[in-house]
Amino acid sequence: MKDFAALFQAIDQSTKTTVKTAALAGYFRTASDPDKLWTIALFSGRRPKRAVTTTQLREWAAEAAGLPLWLLEESYPIVGDLAETIALILPPPSAIANKPLHQWITDLKALASEDLDTRKAHILAAWDQLDTAERFLFNKLITGGFRVGVSQKLMTRALAQATGQEEPAIALRLMGNWTPDTTTFHALIEAQDNGADLSRPYPFYLAYGLETAPEELGDPADWQAEWKWDGIRGQLVLRGGQHFVWSRGEELVTDRFPELIAARDFLPPGSVLDGEIVAWDGTAPLPFNTLQQRIGRKTVPKKLLRDAPVVFLAYDLLELEGRDLRDAPMAGRRAALEALLAPLPNTAPVRLSPVIPFDTWADLAAIRAAARDARAEGLMLKRRSSPYQVGRKKGDWWKWKLDPMVIDAVMIYAQSGHGRRANLFTDFTFAVWDGDTLVPFTKAYSGLTDEDFGKITAWVRKNTRQRFGPVRQVAPELVFEIAFEGIHESPRHKSGLALRFPRMSRWRQDKPASEANTIDDLRALLTAYS
Amino acid sequence: MRDPVLTFTPNGIYCPAGDFHIDPWRPVDRAVITHAHSDHARAGHRRYLATPGTAPVMRHRLGAIDVQTLAYGVPQTIGGATVSFHPAGHLPGSAQVRVSVGGQVWAVSGDYKLGPDGLSEQFEPVRCHAFITECTFGLPVFRWRPQSEVADEINAWWAANAALGRVSMLGAYSLGKAQRLLALLDPSIGPILTHGAVENTNAVLRAQGLPLPATELVTDAHSAKTHPRAIVIAPPSALGSAWARRFGAASTGFASGWMQIRGIRRRRAMDRGFVLSDHADFTELMTAIRETGAERIFPTHGYTDIFTRWLSEQGYQAEAVPTEFGTEEEEA
Repeated sequence: MKDFAALFQAIDQSTKTTVKTAALAGYFRTASDPDKLWTIALFSGRRPKRAVTTTQLREWAAEAAGLPLWLLEESYPIVGDLAETIALILPPPSAIANKPLHQWITDLKALASEDLDTRKAHILAAWDQLDTAERFLFNKLITGGFRVGVSQKLMTRALAQATGQEEPAIALRLMGNWTPDTTTFHALIEAQDNGADLSRPYPFYLAYGLETAPEELGDPADWQAEWKWDGIRGQLVLRGGQHFVWSRGEELVTDRFPELIAARDFLPPGSVLDGEIVAWDGTAPLPFNTLQQRIGRKTVPKKLLRDAPVVFLAYDLLELEGRDLRDAPMAGRRAALEALLAPLPNTAPVRLSPVIPFDTWADLAAIRAAARDARAEGLMLKRRSSPYQVGRKKGDWWKWKLDPMVIDAVMIYAQSGHGRRANLFTDFTFAVWDGDTLVPFTKAYSGLTDEDFGKITAWVRKNTRQRFGPVRQVAPELVFEIAFEGIHESPRHKSGLALRFPRMSRWRQDKPASEANTIDDLRALLTAYS
Repeated sequence: MRDPVLTFTPNGIYCPAGDFHIDPWRPVDRAVITHAHSDHARAGHRRYLATPGTAPVMRHRLGAIDVQTLAYGVPQTIGGATVSFHPAGHLPGSAQVRVSVGGQVWAVSGDYKLGPDGLSEQFEPVRCHAFITECTFGLPVFRWRPQSEVADEINAWWAANAALGRVSMLGAYSLGKAQRLLALLDPSIGPILTHGAVENTNAVLRAQGLPLPATELVTDAHSAKTHPRAIVIAPPSALGSAWARRFGAASTGFASGWMQIRGIRRRRAMDRGFVLSDHADFTELMTAIRETGAERIFPTHGYTDIFTRWLSEQGYQAEAVPTEFGTEEEEA
């Protein structure tokens, strides 16, 4: 655990990518294989099965610290991290154990089959053998979420440096549904034959938002335009008579979308398609909130399958007949995709996402303006000569989204944030006027600078009306412009409305609360766009 | 019931029997000042009463003001009240204020810490019936390590940077924290440079005989090239500024009790955060409160609601006091 804690500290202390990469590469050169494997797993969001609940952790920590539970609970939102809160309140350890990372994890996993008293005794003993920094990491093993400023890209680069391989090759090795229980460091990173995993997707190529005028992209003839769908980006992998569906977050979601099993009837093994999973009404996508009912459900009830059926709108072909096509130009991949999907009947759950023909950028701008009619959220621009790259890269693929809808709203509740927003009020609830009363309609967390959040935090402290645990009711005075991508009816919300991607686009320090928008203004948007 | 010795007014803490305020935040006739930090010693009062250690810095910051000084432990009668100062250990010259009216004793802590820092007069418990205490770090997640350990950490960071020929820039509030850091640096590692705001305060404190190591004011003649092994002490706001650019790709650090919290440390976007505070941690607060022997406790300036509830459960008669003392993360 010592060297893992040292690695963590080196990464956490620096704001410079080069320093972080060097620290990580150094670790990958020297640590033991099982520790390296677990480090990769943890930094890519894989964690051991939770052996104790966070509720138990809180209770045991308060007891070990000789403090009432409520005091720990009140400290948590200020620290902004439960694992850290617990690490900080515990009394100093009586002796430091020298156990490697993977051993702590193995011991933790073994707890799953023990009774509660044994688990508790084990956790308390562990806390008493770790210093504050190690305790924090130990707690993180249980609570999950190793968000330490190590992106997949950074880890890929460090592994490439440490092993002498190319970054894209490492990126591909890290994909898929491996866990430290199903592989070894050697098999995952070093072995020659790494093709055994049928399910493995390719690293997604991600686009940046277009910030300049499209004219700056040059000749329109070099570009392919498509609708940008508001669904779930996914890869459909067909190999060895099986099919696998991956979300962009590298989550295997095959079982959540059982309709897609029919893809096996139409597409040959050795095909990998990139596209968007959308709810489908037979001719066009349904709003995202229809699809949202399907997300998070591991088994799908029949009624939902009927009300919110999905299709896969394919826009790229990454593998055909078992061959990796990613280095071929977009135009070539597109032709192969169209040829592959041409014979499919209308009832197939895989459909071709159309290419939008255009001659000038002005024509395309007019088409984009009508994106909502096509139930899209804008356009995608892809250079016809572009290969399918790894990760987020500038230059060849751009998102050209519609401008968001906006509404001016009054902040009525504030709550402090997590992680680097600890002890800052960053999570707000907003309301609009309904006659003389304010009706809450959305929450928003992002869009402002740290400096703004600092000012608002000082204001919240002085203008708190009432406290409900970590939530403060504040004087209804501050007005913010809320930007969002969509609006739909929702019986679950007090206002009867729900927004898609709400965020604070501006702090309207020029506007008094009385001049904020009304519920009727929101309903007008609902009628216009839903 | 007897009239309270001190009351809480929109201008700040007030003593009706002596007709004076303690650290008032709006102009008053007579202000008793605990220490020279700007949120406690404000401009615009007609008369000030402060310790001999606080008065010079206050004059330096506020200009021509009418200050009477009163040494620690010496009682002074103001109207119907008897007032005395007692060391608070927050920074050199900082004081708690003891106010006695007709046998009732109340004490105002100002800002304080119990651990010795080598520069400030050691905190001294004041026996009283009611204690008005700050609680900036009144949560059990705040517990400080001994200053010597943090000093080793800072010197090790400085030495490592110096070995690489990289300047170390350490952000610190110019009164108090800056001098405390100066006193714990190891001058054998390299030269110690200071920002003007820090050096001006140093001059005032040196004139009072405070033992600070030799420092050099940063001028246009200083750069990463001329002083590659240097450590620079500057106000936090100067660190990201154009002024700091002369030191190139320096390693940056910040010393504060808030650096205990990882999220706040990361938000600062400094290379290193050192946990070093001029305020009492949770354990020190509880020790200080116990040693006053007071039954009534008025927490102010910090997580007052939470700390008040905790004290109530510990059997104290506790009541939170609203404050206009300011922004917490700069100077703590």
